[in-house]
Amino acid sequence: MTEDVKEYAYFLGCITPNRYPGIEASTKKILKEFGIETKEMVGASCCPAPGVFGSFDLHTWLPIAARNLAIAEEMELEICVTCNGCYGSLQEANHLLKEHPHVREKVNEILGKFGREFKGTTKVNHVIVILHDVIGLDRIKEKIKKPLNDVNVAVHYGCHFLKPSEVRGHGSSETPYILEDLVRVTGAKDVDYKDKLMCCGAGGGNRTADTVQSLEWMRQKLVNAIMAGCDCMVHPCAFCHLQLDRGQAEMNKAFGTSFNFPILFATQFLGVAMGYSQEELGLDAQITTMPEKLIK
Amino acid sequence: MGTLYEDIVAYGGEVFGEEHMATLRECVQCGKCTGGCPSGRNTALRTRKLFQMALLDMREEIFNAPELWYCSTCYTCYERCPKGVKTTDIIRTIRNLAAKEGHMSVPHRMIGVYVLKTGHAVPIGPDQMKLREKVGLAPQPPTTQHPDNKDQLEQVRTIFKTTGYDAMIDFDWDTMNLRGMDKKGGKK
Repeated sequence: MTEDVKEYAYFLGCITPNRYPGIEASTKKILKEFGIETKEMVGASCCPAPGVFGSFDLHTWLPIAARNLAIAEEMELEICVTCNGCYGSLQEANHLLKEHPHVREKVNEILGKFGREFKGTTKVNHVIVILHDVIGLDRIKEKIKKPLNDVNVAVHYGCHFLKPSEVRGHGSSETPYILEDLVRVTGAKDVDYKDKLMCCGAGGGNRTADTVQSLEWMRQKLVNAIMAGCDCMVHPCAFCHLQLDRGQAEMNKAFGTSFNFPILFATQFLGVAMGYSQEELGLDAQITTMPEKLIK
Repeated sequence: MGTLYEDIVAYGGEVFGEEHMATLRECVQCGKCTGGCPSGRNTALRTRKLFQMALLDMREEIFNAPELWYCSTCYTCYERCPKGVKTTDIIRTIRNLAAKEGHMSVPHRMIGVYVLKTGHAVPIGPDQMKLREKVGLAPQPPTTQHPDNKDQLEQVRTIFKTTGYDAMIDFDWDTMNLRGMDKKGGKK
């Protein structure tokens, strides 16, 4: 168990606040149920996307990430994120800057131009780890008002929550358990499916490089989940959410298909089980529509 | 400019440490990376081939290969490599070197434009502000895109200018767009 923290600096990133505010709203609501406040990070920017900015210029990626970390340090708070991209960027940058003093020195030279400094005093936490390890499954179970006993869930991890495992520290990337535990606590069943740990296809600039090609990865993933009898997909990443939800409209147009497979961010799913309406969780404003058994 | 291998170790080494990047030389061409690659199922990306090309100093061939950009950085190969080659970080570094030599698509360069204009790779619009209010949030969070935080946005721009990212994507500070491009990324 991690030490109980009552306040987090909520690093929003881009897609959570600017495309899927339901992820932001559900995260704030649920953490508040357990007495945890999320504080706004004034002046935070794009994390910046690890596979994109990391692919174009690592030497620009790192100081931008360091600046975001410095904002949380100034607030004297640990960070909470709701996107694997943000997690990937900020957690890895935090790790590299703590490990390599000469890299930190170079980055701080840049941040010093506007009076900021990376000190190495914050920690980057993914919201599903806060739920699983800080709040704990027992306390979550007490808040379940609407058990989802007849719901079959396809768990999708995305990539940068688990990998590289030597940096993330959540155990083996081939046998994860955190999301499965969070799904089961609602009474729902997590169903194993072919290539469960496969990427959604969006990362690393792949979606931007060739959108249709990247949607084909997702199409394969959805087919596998549907064939295993799943009712919906639950995941921890705002960028995967964009690909998996909005991507279904793009895919239907590109391939002439008619997929409508429900996609829920982890806190939206928990929110359903805790009795919130789909409107409160932003689920009514998505491309994919929720099945009766989830929203009845 | 040294060999491609030397450049990978030097450029990536400044971020990850040189030992991390030098793992490229440990590649024994077993193909485990390629066997588990979700991109390789759908595209011409063959990570094993890419690494052999890198070690053979086939700089131009790699930099001009479209599949270099079809890695989603999922780290599956990174986790599985039996020789501990830091695959994904090596691919990202090769892409860095390619980008520096001008191999960068317009859509990829446009992501930089959005960040230079707003601080966000995916900026907000009026429809999304309404969506936020519908779920009980402020129309805009206090990030770099908020009109009250222009000084914060300026800090992000300072970073771009210091590292030369603006020049790398050929950003025009007068039009706040790519040089010679209209708003949608088409040629003027």
